[in-house]
Amino acid sequence: MDIGTIAKELNLKVISASDKMKNIVTGGYTGDLLSDVMANSHEGDIWITRQVHQNIVAIATLKEHAGIILVNSCEPAKNTLEKAIAEKVPILVSDLPVFELTGKIYNLLAAAK
Amino acid sequence: MNPAVNKSEDTLNKYSFNIEGGNFNDAGTVSTRIKSILKQKGLPNDVVRKSAIVCYEAEINIVSYARKGTVNLTITAETVEIEVIDEGPGIPDIEQAMEQGYSTANQQIREMGFGAGMGLHNINSYSDKFDITSEVNKGTFLKMIINNPQSTKDL
Ligand SMILES: Nc1ncnc2c1ncn2[C@@H]1O[C@H](COP(=O)(O)OP(=O)(O)OP(=O)(O)O)[C@@H](O)[C@H]1O
Ligand SMILES: [Mg+2]
Repeated sequence: MDIGTIAKELNLKVISASDKMKNIVTGGYTGDLLSDVMANSHEGDIWITRQVHQNIVAIATLKEHAGIILVNSCEPAKNTLEKAIAEKVPILVSDLPVFELTGKIYNLLAAAK
Repeated sequence: MNPAVNKSEDTLNKYSFNIEGGNFNDAGTVSTRIKSILKQKGLPNDVVRKSAIVCYEAEINIVSYARKGTVNLTITAETVEIEVIDEGPGIPDIEQAMEQGYSTANQQIREMGFGAGMGLHNINSYSDKFDITSEVNKGTFLKMIINNPQSTKDL
């Protein structure tokens, strides 16, 4: 499933790299502790977090995540957005809390298998 | 003698990078650069992945705790070797610092999502060989070796 499909299904706001909506999402990871995400997430994951600091872009780039979704309508910091645009990392925003969003994405990915 | 070993000694690939303490704006730049070098050299994905993780954690620790540091990368056919040397407060009790969950990160660092006390533990588990030494009020020295089971030639 591509990230654009997830964005459409779950009404997510795309705020960077809208030309990357064909990125394939092979799994997901939810977390706010960066060392945990660094160690345990995988390439192709969609990363669900409420961290808005620019370090999330470096992590998503290093781990080759399909994209980042910020929960609870969190807006990224200004330099996070600039970096995400420069590095072509899709950042999307959901108004759902993390538990609900994670569950919905889990179900979408499971149904697509 | 194994020809692959000769080859590795002939084709030493060395790089060096500087890291500035306290500068979270550029945190991760060196790891990203190292990852792209390793990829471009055609090293196996698993080797690249592990190297990126250990390098990132060491880089963030310099940015979080030290004044400045240097990362030396050496690529041979059989290994990726990453040395990380910093000037800073050092670590008084390395065994304690290695424990998962132990952290002295301040509020500002924690607000960014660091300070889980997992970094050194992750470095240890993703390296095939990990050495750490430290001197209080001087600095810390890390050496991580990631084995390349495929012995990549033509580096
Ligand atoms: N280069 C360093 N110089 C001085 N102290 C360090 C250095 N690296 C680690 N430490 C000390 O060791 C502790 C544990 O480090 P570790 O990387 O495991 O966790 P953390 O940085 O606190 O959190 P995390 O890495 O999960 O974000 C740190 O809180 C700090 O006290
Ligand atoms: Mg750390």
